[in-house]
Amino acid sequence: MQFLKDEGVEYIFGYPGGAVLHIYDEIYSQDDVKHILVRHEQGATHMADGYARATGKPGVVLVTSGPGATNAVTGIATAHMDSVPMVVITGQVPTHAIGSDAFQEVDCVGITRPCVKHNFLVKDVHDLAETLKKAFYVATTGRPGPVVVDIPKDVTAPNVRIPYEYPASVTMRSYNPVVRGHPRQMKKALDLILSAKRPMIYTGGGVVLDNASDELVRFTRTLGYPITNTLMGLGAYPGTDPQFVGMLGMHGTYEANMAMHNCDVLIGIGARFDDRVVGEVSKFCPHARIVHIDIDPASISKTVKVQVPIVGSVLNVLREINGMLEGTNRRPDAQALSEWWDRINRWKSVDCLSYDHSDTLIKPQSVLQKLHEVTGGDAYVTSDVGQHQMWAAQFYPFDKPRRWINSGGLGTMGFGLPAALGVQLAYPDAQVACVTGEGSIIMCIQELSTAKQYDLPIKVINLNNRYLGMVRQWQEFMYENRESHSYLDSLPDFAALAESFGHVGMKIENPGDVDGALREAFAMKDRLVFMDFITDPAENVYPMMMAGKGQNEMVLSAHSRQRELA
Amino acid sequence: MRHIISMLLENEPGALSRVAGLFSARAYNIESLSVAPTEDASASRMTLVTSGSDEIIEQITKQLHKLIDVVKLLDITGDAHVEREIMLVKVRVAGSAREEVKRIADIFRGRILDVTQSTYIIEVTGDGAKLDAFIGALDHKSILEVVRSGALAIVRGERGLRL
Repeated sequence: MQFLKDEGVEYIFGYPGGAVLHIYDEIYSQDDVKHILVRHEQGATHMADGYARATGKPGVVLVTSGPGATNAVTGIATAHMDSVPMVVITGQVPTHAIGSDAFQEVDCVGITRPCVKHNFLVKDVHDLAETLKKAFYVATTGRPGPVVVDIPKDVTAPNVRIPYEYPASVTMRSYNPVVRGHPRQMKKALDLILSAKRPMIYTGGGVVLDNASDELVRFTRTLGYPITNTLMGLGAYPGTDPQFVGMLGMHGTYEANMAMHNCDVLIGIGARFDDRVVGEVSKFCPHARIVHIDIDPASISKTVKVQVPIVGSVLNVLREINGMLEGTNRRPDAQALSEWWDRINRWKSVDCLSYDHSDTLIKPQSVLQKLHEVTGGDAYVTSDVGQHQMWAAQFYPFDKPRRWINSGGLGTMGFGLPAALGVQLAYPDAQVACVTGEGSIIMCIQELSTAKQYDLPIKVINLNNRYLGMVRQWQEFMYENRESHSYLDSLPDFAALAESFGHVGMKIENPGDVDGALREAFAMKDRLVFMDFITDPAENVYPMMMAGKGQNEMVLSAHSRQRELA
Repeated sequence: MRHIISMLLENEPGALSRVAGLFSARAYNIESLSVAPTEDASASRMTLVTSGSDEIIEQITKQLHKLIDVVKLLDITGDAHVEREIMLVKVRVAGSAREEVKRIADIFRGRILDVTQSTYIIEVTGDGAKLDAFIGALDHKSILEVVRSGALAIVRGERGLRL
């Protein structure tokens, strides 16, 4: 505990159990590090994750051995896929009992190995402080990620007293992430960037993680180039800025994907050319030479071969390139750029995010547009996984980084609610909205109890269409409408359920009531309000890039899909 | 193409499973893998033989580098290097076969390490192809057990892999 305090840890998200009782006894006798008691270990990891994504500081989790550790695995894998700094301390049976199939024993280091940045088993109390220091160092540097520290019960035994000293620094001969870009590569990149006739900037979560938004804005505005963000990168560049052409990828905008497909120079920054972005690899950016800036060498040329790789921290590299840009008179071809923008604006005029309005059914998109209006576009928005997640990404433009918090890589349903609680703890006065669906919310609904205990006044926007919407959409498109187990029968009365947890519950069924409900909910600054919006069950997410297709082959709307089918 | 990757790992429990786990998780091939401590007890030297396209080999080396326990790594395939593998073969030998097998072992510069009334244990060292050839030269039915170390390799001259 003294170590965690010295490390500057503010909150620890946890759940007690046999193997961590010594640690919990220490927690009892101090109040420097605040412990948040969750209702399920998965909730602890997602809360720590939400806290980490919103603040940039590592999230810290404490769980017991066996089922405590296995319940945490989903949250650890979620953080791993999205490179979120996190330190997860798991209890373990005493060292002499390891390997004996003892009560609540599980090979935690083994189970978590494929879904952590690194993990440790501490067998000697003399190694404890140094190992924890290494854990925080590894979790927060380079490409961040979760680190698990498995601590057997005897290592924390109170009768073993050793002199403690906070390890001020740490060196690891096997771990030295590259942070500075290679000067020659940056020069090559700049030449290519300035030679572009049809440039495109494509940035991902790496810009957010490295707090490089200001440098990105400087870079983009200096050049006047179009920019798109991945799902993980939203907010790194202001979503309401005219140079921003929307998100790209499977449910990205038509203009973003068409600009990707037709560009001649692609500048990828802190993004990893994920399959949901690229689509069919052989059809990806056929005309482009590619610059890729990333801290992780393994992300470069993993799926798409690039011509100018730069390994280094996005922040440092962008700063250097911006310096070079400002030190030269060379500027992009204005004529070509203006023609390029004309083409992009024609794609934009397709208005790919338009949808049919209704007087009787609540359209989920309209709820998110209202949410944007009511919160002034300034809320922290967490989401779960599915249609609502895509609609939130499409219809709530983020002007600041770290405002959009979702499980993009692993796609973990159940993430949104606990993540929102972690954000609210970090920023007690901020507006925090959890956009979810009735399928996702029920996966971690127990954390409504945690929210009550710590008075966390988040707002839950439940887009309730009585379907696993994204599954149903795929079944409609690819399985001839066979809705196999995508209908959720026997759902609870969510408003009443929220009330039973001590919160405010609302059920909204008419389009005309959406605005009022949101305003009323956000006016209740000290209460958690659960808004159950009964939405159009048939609504689909458009546009969509189908499997095996290129970025230039999107299905734009229900109408164009109908035409295609006919 | 076949590649030989040499690595120095932290001599920590779990380091080997991190490497093995990486290969199974990402569906890479392992042809052989051998690992043992070096003159410096804090490090283990691993020789890993794999195969794949240039893109896959590039990913393999990058992903291995990313493992925290990997201190240094060198793909020595393109360097002038010495490659050796050791093999122990137990064969059933009776009657005239005893002389015949001894002759074959001599041709391959093998050594007979153990002799019983009915068996030999023969040690043969060389590159993989030589060991395959030795097995091919024996009467297949006479082979009782084969143990191979997997390839070991080291770069010639000044270049190499040191802490």
